[in-house]
Amino acid sequence: MSKTYYDPADLRKFGKITEWSEELGNKFFDYYGKVFEEGALTAREKSLIALAVAHTEQCPYCIDAYTKDGLQRGITKDQMMEAIHVGAAIKSGATLVHGVQMMNKVNKLEM
Amino acid sequence: MATKSLQARNNDLANTQRQLEILSNGIFADGELPTFANKIKETNQFPLRPKRLEILQINLGYMCNQVCAHCHVDAGPDRKEIMTIKTMNQCLDVIKKTEAHTLDLTGGAPEMNPNFRWFVEEASKAGIKDFIVRSNLTIIRANKKYHDLPEFFKKHNIHVVSSMPHWTRGKTDKQRGDGVFDKSIKALQMLNDVGYGIEGSDLKLDLVYNPSGAFLPGDQMALENDFKKALKNDFNIDFNSLFAITNLPISRFLDYLIASENYEDYMFALIEAYNPAAVENVMCTNTISISWDGWLYDCDFNQMLNLKVNSKVKHVSEYNEELLQNRNIIINQHCFGCTAGAGSSCQGVVA
Repeated sequence: MSKTYYDPADLRKFGKITEWSEELGNKFFDYYGKVFEEGALTAREKSLIALAVAHTEQCPYCIDAYTKDGLQRGITKDQMMEAIHVGAAIKSGATLVHGVQMMNKVNKLEM
Repeated sequence: MATKSLQARNNDLANTQRQLEILSNGIFADGELPTFANKIKETNQFPLRPKRLEILQINLGYMCNQVCAHCHVDAGPDRKEIMTIKTMNQCLDVIKKTEAHTLDLTGGAPEMNPNFRWFVEEASKAGIKDFIVRSNLTIIRANKKYHDLPEFFKKHNIHVVSSMPHWTRGKTDKQRGDGVFDKSIKALQMLNDVGYGIEGSDLKLDLVYNPSGAFLPGDQMALENDFKKALKNDFNIDFNSLFAITNLPISRFLDYLIASENYEDYMFALIEAYNPAAVENVMCTNTISISWDGWLYDCDFNQMLNLKVNSKVKHVSEYNEELLQNRNIIINQHCFGCTAGAGSSCQGVVA
């Protein structure tokens, strides 16, 4: 086994997951490809969403892939950073909004 | 950013033999990646052969006022290789008898050749109808003697093709040098002022986009839309088309790929994006490239790798189109750059 959990070179082997389950693997990649096609959203908008989600999911492969994808589409550094802040804002908001639950509980328990 | 050519820096990669070794060793020697020859054999496209000759691309010299980080010519102010009148006259003899309908002038900055205008005028007399000049734009602003270039281009109905890596200052200057963006914008406005790139005008102004780093160009049409919107909104600039060109792993770009440890990933990316349909229309099948000193090549990239045409005829002084057209095109792993995705040529995508 390799000594680290993540190897950047593994990203290009992603397609090999079909080798151990061809049908499901192919279905996934068909779906994946379709999702990122130009639709009601542009491929560029989808790329930025993917970049933000890649960060909230903290997937190093996805971060590599969608940073490069963004550069290929001419997306600028500040646009990428803003997208990541959107993800970060939702992450922190999701934490903080649970504060209401805490407040509710305190109010319920305290006399 | 470097301000000298690889050659002036005595960089190992100024040696074309060294570049070819790199492109044949490592991941290609151990079979991890297929060679270009093996790849095109899969679709019975080997050997690669020329089709009808359409374009003569003449390199008027490697001298340039810029030192771009990705330049496959390794051009710059320190490069003194310039086409002489003698070689130009030999080219004119070819222009008179060739089947090619387009003359594509490149460099370096072709306008820096002191006989550039004379050559254009003579080629025009010799019957060339379709002229392309690959202008880096900033040359128009570099010195007073170049300020009237837009008028000169217009007079000869020259199709101007200009590099513009991005619609923002930061990305442009990083690739092409400080101040290049502002000068390029000014030059584009001057070209618009004389009628270039304007709707209804037949003076054509196209832009070339090269990625500024170790990634491939995105969709040409989408990039063109982004460029058009931004240049119009920010600077009221119009142009006709955008050509998205892939950086080939040679010369300064190869040096960058290796130094930044992106070489292997870049080659994997090129091969992953390999498109046999693009092979069908690669530019070496309809172009002959002539160097400043009159040697003949399948393309500008082979010229920079010193891979002369595989023909009895190797120099413009002994030009014979029939013999030349009956040749096999010389290929190597850098060719994957022209066959990735929608393909890449001096006219943009090919598939």
